Amino acid sequence: MIDDAGIVVAFWILSATTVICALMVAAARNLIHAVLFLALTFVGVAGIYIVLSADFVAVVQVLIYAGAVGVLMTFAIMLTPGADRLNSSTVFQAPALVLSALVLAVIVFVALDTEWAISDRQAFSATARSLGEAFLKPYIVPFEVASVLLAAAMIGAIVLSREEPEDERAA
Amino acid sequence: MIGALLAAPTALVTDNWWDIRDLSNLSGAILDLIEDAGGPGWLTYVVGALLGTLGIVSFIGGVAIINIWIERRVVGRMQSRLGPNRVGPFGLLQPVADAIKLMQKEVLQPRVADGLVFTVAPIAFTVPGIALLAVIPWGRNMVLADLDVGIVFLFAMSSLAALAVFIGGYGSNNKYALFGSMRVIAMLVTYEIPIVLSLLGVVMFAGSMNLNQIVLFQADNWLFLIMLQPLAFLIYFLSSSAELNRTPADLAEAESEIAGGYHVEYSGMKFGLYYAAELINAVAVSTIIATVFLGGWWLYKIDEIVPGWMIVIGKIYAVYFVFIWTRGTLPRFRIDQLLAFAWKWMTPMAIINILLVAGEVVLWEETGWSAGLLLPLYIAINGAMTAVLIVAWVRVMAPKFQRYPDRPRMYDGIDVPSLPAPASIGPTAPGAAPARRATV
Repeated sequence: MIDDAGIVVAFWILSATTVICALMVAAARNLIHAVLFLALTFVGVAGIYIVLSADFVAVVQVLIYAGAVGVLMTFAIMLTPGADRLNSSTVFQAPALVLSALVLAVIVFVALDTEWAISDRQAFSATARSLGEAFLKPYIVPFEVASVLLAAAMIGAIVLSREEPEDERAA
Repeated sequence: MIGALLAAPTALVTDNWWDIRDLSNLSGAILDLIEDAGGPGWLTYVVGALLGTLGIVSFIGGVAIINIWIERRVVGRMQSRLGPNRVGPFGLLQPVADAIKLMQKEVLQPRVADGLVFTVAPIAFTVPGIALLAVIPWGRNMVLADLDVGIVFLFAMSSLAALAVFIGGYGSNNKYALFGSMRVIAMLVTYEIPIVLSLLGVVMFAGSMNLNQIVLFQADNWLFLIMLQPLAFLIYFLSSSAELNRTPADLAEAESEIAGGYHVEYSGMKFGLYYAAELINAVAVSTIIATVFLGGWWLYKIDEIVPGWMIVIGKIYAVYFVFIWTRGTLPRFRIDQLLAFAWKWMTPMAIINILLVAGEVVLWEETGWSAGLLLPLYIAINGAMTAVLIVAWVRVMAPKFQRYPDRPRMYDGIDVPSLPAPASIGPTAPGAAPARRATV
């Protein structure tokens, strides 16, 4: 198995990349650049999952977040008329600062206050069978709820983007 | 885990380090040497990863050079031309000359381009195609990353290409480039669904997402998965040729419409990288098909004589030839045709295929009948179902052929000027030509 030193080095490199990219998401003036840094952040988080031996979560993170969500956000930006204005013109700067400081405080408090127990359990083996059984036995309800949610979102998107037929508009 | 180059000896080859019939012997020997010398664990790990990466990258480099020549010669032959035949014997040095030309060219960058994004895009487009090859088994023990979730890794890598193409088009700050990249994204997002669904059938039969396990399933049951899953193979082949942007579906770079698409502003070696990435992606998809549907390094008894990696490369080129064949013979789709093809044909067929496979796998597991009895039966059933489904779907779904379409297909709001009556075509008099609605 891998030596401890290697894991530590990998963890620090990945964490530094992830944090710097996450900061750049907030700092970048150009929204498209922000999305690209966000995609890099997702890839960095996927790397941390690999360090934790969670291969399946890492691969799905790249597939869904870096691949699908990144493309989705670029489309959302390009379809938004005011997307090219500067972030500085907003009036919500002070409340946003307060809110993010509060969120940071809560996360730091939780991280420091929790007793991080080290589990002896082996890593989850991400074979097709064990994944299928996990989805369809203990986690069947969240799995189904998620699919219903996605279907609702899809119907909503169709309703929003559908043009009215000509004859209905005239009436 | 990633980077674990396995080094166990096999029955076929000796485990001498110089035995190139299984290249994992050599890397295993190097890794053992490091461990014996008391090197730390992470060093073994890093060297193992580097050795495997070196192998894959050098393979890809050679392939990208040779395949330019192969592709141009084969397409030339199919179109009754000669192809490149001037530089070197049989024109073999043509790719080298092309590469020298590309490297000498000035790398232009538009003044209004988004500099960093413009530079990163070709690299980000090339890397996933190479990274994808890390999980491919080249022999019984020759696999760089023996991931349990290998198939999902393939999907993840191919989904990264969408963002890379988009930033290439966006960074160029050119209308045509953005059009081209939008078309690519529309195609990638659409064809991702049939691709995933078609490989799901394979995963259900093999019972594993590990690519080496899928090859072992085929070796154990003495068949190729293309026999069990002909419909999935067709869907995967057609969808991936759309995802690769190759000629039946290369409307992302449709020269006659949008002047070359997402790489219209690129020149020099940046363009060269896009060009190489297209070849690399084609080889990568051929490799996936060779591994998943055609048995990878296993070939009946022949893999006991011939090294596994040679069999894999042979199968890759067999699949690649079919890709060249479709490129050389088929005309280009229109964008609405291509997207409708995915939604109305591929996706429903893939879902029906999955239902069928699920029933068969459950029957196999619940009854416990022997594979020797059931699998030939499944081969017959699935082959028949493939033929029936394709014929039935064509009967039901195909639009009627119209020499003169009576309405614009893409968008209803366009004024289509009425064409002059087709006087010269057909036996009817000019006045009796079929009436067409000019506007909708």
